[in-house]
Amino acid sequence: MLSHKETDLTETDLQDMYRTMLLSRRLDERMWLLNRAGKLPFVISCQGQEATQVGAAFALDKEVDIINPYYRDLALVTHFGMTPEEMMLSAFARGADVQSGGRQMPGHFSKKASNIMTQGSAVTTQIPHAVGASYVFKMDGEKRVSLATLGEGSTSQGDFHEGLNFAGVHKLPFICLIENNKYAISVPAHLQYGADKLSDRAVGYGMHGEQVDGNDPIAVYKVMKEARDRAVNGEGASLIEAMSIRLTPHSSDDDDKYREADELQKNKKDDCLESFKLYLLEEKVIDEAWLETVEAEIKDTVNKATKAAEAAPYAAPEHTLKHVYEEVNNG
Amino acid sequence: MAKLSYLDAIRDALFVAMEQDDNVFVLGEDVGKKGGVFKVTEGLQEKFGEMRVLDTPLAESNIVGTSVGAAMMGKRPVAEIQFAEYILPAVNQILNEAAKVRYRSDNDWNAPMVIRAPFGGGIHGALYHSQSIESIFVSTPGLKVVVPSTPADAKGLLMAAIKDNDPVLFFEHKKAYRLLKGEVPEGDYTIPLGKADVKREGDDITVITYGLCVNYAMQAAEQLSKEGYEAEILDLRTLYPLDKEAIIKAASKTGKVLLVTEDNLEGSLISEVSAIIGENCLYDLDAPIMRLAGPDVPSMPYAPPMEDYFMMNPDKIYNKMLELSEY
Amino acid sequence: MTEITMPKLGESVTEGTIENWLVKVGDRVSEYDPVCEVNTAKVTAEVPSVHDGVITEILVAEGETVDVGAPIYKIDIDGGADGKPAAEEEVSETAENKPEEEAVRPNKPDVKEQSGGRRLSPVVMRLIGEHGIDIEELEGTGFNGRITKKDVEKYLAEGPVKQQEQAVNPPTAEKERPAVPERESSVKSGESIKVSGVRKEIAKRMVQSKTEIPHAWLMMEVDATNLVNLRNKHKARFKEQEGYNLTFFSFFVKAVSEVLKDYPILNSSWDGDTITVHDDINLSIAVANEDKLFVPVIKNADERSLTGIAKSISTLAHKARSNQLTGDDMSGGTFTVNNTGAFGSIQSMGIINQPQVAILQVESIVKKPVFIGDMLAARHMVNLCLSIDHRVLDGLVAGQFLKAVKEKIENLDPDTDSVY
Repeated sequence: MLSHKETDLTETDLQDMYRTMLLSRRLDERMWLLNRAGKLPFVISCQGQEATQVGAAFALDKEVDIINPYYRDLALVTHFGMTPEEMMLSAFARGADVQSGGRQMPGHFSKKASNIMTQGSAVTTQIPHAVGASYVFKMDGEKRVSLATLGEGSTSQGDFHEGLNFAGVHKLPFICLIENNKYAISVPAHLQYGADKLSDRAVGYGMHGEQVDGNDPIAVYKVMKEARDRAVNGEGASLIEAMSIRLTPHSSDDDDKYREADELQKNKKDDCLESFKLYLLEEKVIDEAWLETVEAEIKDTVNKATKAAEAAPYAAPEHTLKHVYEEVNNG
Repeated sequence: MAKLSYLDAIRDALFVAMEQDDNVFVLGEDVGKKGGVFKVTEGLQEKFGEMRVLDTPLAESNIVGTSVGAAMMGKRPVAEIQFAEYILPAVNQILNEAAKVRYRSDNDWNAPMVIRAPFGGGIHGALYHSQSIESIFVSTPGLKVVVPSTPADAKGLLMAAIKDNDPVLFFEHKKAYRLLKGEVPEGDYTIPLGKADVKREGDDITVITYGLCVNYAMQAAEQLSKEGYEAEILDLRTLYPLDKEAIIKAASKTGKVLLVTEDNLEGSLISEVSAIIGENCLYDLDAPIMRLAGPDVPSMPYAPPMEDYFMMNPDKIYNKMLELSEY
Repeated sequence: MTEITMPKLGESVTEGTIENWLVKVGDRVSEYDPVCEVNTAKVTAEVPSVHDGVITEILVAEGETVDVGAPIYKIDIDGGADGKPAAEEEVSETAENKPEEEAVRPNKPDVKEQSGGRRLSPVVMRLIGEHGIDIEELEGTGFNGRITKKDVEKYLAEGPVKQQEQAVNPPTAEKERPAVPERESSVKSGESIKVSGVRKEIAKRMVQSKTEIPHAWLMMEVDATNLVNLRNKHKARFKEQEGYNLTFFSFFVKAVSEVLKDYPILNSSWDGDTITVHDDINLSIAVANEDKLFVPVIKNADERSLTGIAKSISTLAHKARSNQLTGDDMSGGTFTVNNTGAFGSIQSMGIINQPQVAILQVESIVKKPVFIGDMLAARHMVNLCLSIDHRVLDGLVAGQFLKAVKEKIENLDPDTDSVY
């Protein structure tokens, strides 16, 4: 773990980072339970990648920066302003779901008020969107950046190349963060790309490239902070590859049988939530009493979010017909 | 009112829209310094600068994808796809992204953007510079598809498309670019999207078509008039969503309907128009609904005799119009 | 006590197998505590409890596979039903609330008012032209009284040739409503049975036949002993070879079809001015299906073998009972043979199936003591009852006909006659 003293992170920041990681983890775990209890049809997880997401999120300015997350980014969007209840409303497909009004599967994050752009299911389309947003920042001379995140699986798509190429050409205030958990569902990294590091591709796009330990939120924060600084200073885009771990199967519909037991065992041992907790305890940023309080608070938050979302109504069936186009008179 | 070509009218629309609204910007391959391969965007970069008239790398999905992103940020990008058939790499961004942004975000986000693409044949463009590809896009709710048939319509519809708050696909017939000339209103001029237009009145037969075929049908109608038959010509103008009311009205008026497209017949837009008429006008029909279209082959060949064989022209339309008139 | 069902673990998953129970009856569980391990086509997962409470019953054994939604265990929820409401119930209450908005009615395109009536579709126009029909004679049953293609077809089939109509056809629009006598108020009412279209049609035809036709009736007793012996000799093998029963009724139908050739006047119809004698011998047979009576037709019965007739009867009866009879199956009959013996009747008076002129009831075969010469013998006897239209037929010809049938039956020879 990189020492936080090599960054500008305060102890309060560190506590907030841990709190966001823990909240995301507990929310995610609850959704799995609800799925297994037959209450949610589908769950897709952030577990194991919270360090990367929280490190990146804290390096950005959530008031002005735009994010184009992918489906695992529960911790990232939580920092940007997605509330636990909003997550649950989406999971339960309720009418008040801010992300899609109950139209999309969970994990398709969207919330304009929190600078989170809407996402589809066909992967990597978010890269050109984020690049487009950063082109707007450059055009308007604004000190803002756009972030697109993706799994390493998405780096095989054409939109990855096309988007990064364009961002490189125009030195756009854009950051591409690969959350490399080494699996595209079941396909392992060595069947996805031949390069040693995906971040090496940055050279080909004319941008800064860097690989970082995705289990270390402080390290991720540091490289992301530097990337953001370069972006707003007109020094162009960055390609950051965070080496991460997927603790769960791909989704609630996946059995994970293509991974060996000892690998899963080792993943558990390397759980970023545990290692960050130990670091904070060692550094005396937190203590057991603090942890206990925070666990209890979060459990309460998650319980309340679950109950509230479950009790919320579905949208009327006719809501199916709404918002295809702008509805000038009754939109 | 100035007399402009179809191409000049489009350029005029871009000029006016960009002058009116700083959020409007143009991007695409060769649109900047060169002014576009057809010269539609000529002079724009000099006036509005490199950022607002942007030469992009050769990557259609990114052209559309970055437009979606910029549009979500409040810009009004007008992307040019150099030839309509090259839009295919961007189809994921158009159908899965642009068209669904508003719906999937429950009206939180929207993507006000225009994608312009020259389409159509008759210019010795062979298989990959002659296609009519509108049928791929005309069953996508969330997307609007527009094809102008006259210089005035080209300007009015493009300006309306740029001001529209949803994504619009704007297909320009490349043979019409310099062939068609007409009076075009100056300055800010819009024509509502989603409205078809009666281009000629008549009470013997109804011809429903769009794009360059409107002009061809008008020529054929003048010829037909000499035989004593008067054709009503309805220009669809917006191919999606279709102006059903206008279609039903025009079809019912004469009861004899000819549908014309330059696209190949099967699964083309006019099949949907035919279905609308079939569902709504049974008691007003006086003849079977007739369709005139290109042959069902992959695309338009290069050699002139084969190209002519495929390509629509006023004579083909005239013959079919006469057949229907005499039915 | 609340029943908990198998959750749907994964898209497209329809069933799950209980691998392990992690609780036993009597165990206390909290919400989200694991209860069992379930294996599905897509995943293996621990299924958590959705309540705080005590497990009261386990309904599915380990290793057993049940459908999604099937009950797998029961739990006594803390605080009972009135306590903390179960989350699930909250959902169904709120989530399934009917939306207040009225369902959006699809807009009808604003076409010209379709004022039914005389607006003719292309196909109706064509049919009218082809058949020279006066449209004023057509009754439209479509929307707003529009004349449909079916209306024209029905007119063509039934209109001008109404008298030829045969048997009980599918329900038609009623023109007259017979007066129903008022029920005495002192009679205690039970169930009211709605009269079906078919029943109405049957009633109409029966009234019509009974009021228009002067029925005359005669009965003849027939010794069916030879028939019984012949049939008994062959029935087992016949069933085995042909797959359906060799019924007594088939023999009577066969006999009637042969005798009608000699007495064609019984195979005729009456239409007021003329009596039409039919060349074809198409025998209607009555088949009851619950509350409905169908009269399907064995066409050209005289040209069929006994086997052929037996097969036709079997097929038509099956179709009648499974509501598969077509209009064609029921049209064209020229004489009716009714198997009243099937339900044990020994004597009955049939109502003639208009415009036919006679109906034969084949009664139950009964073993009775009969004098043969001076000897008393046990014989299989059967009554044949014939109703005739006295406008067309007289007792003499009817008696001759019946006698001829009687002789055919009595002269069967169990030793030499074949059933094929």
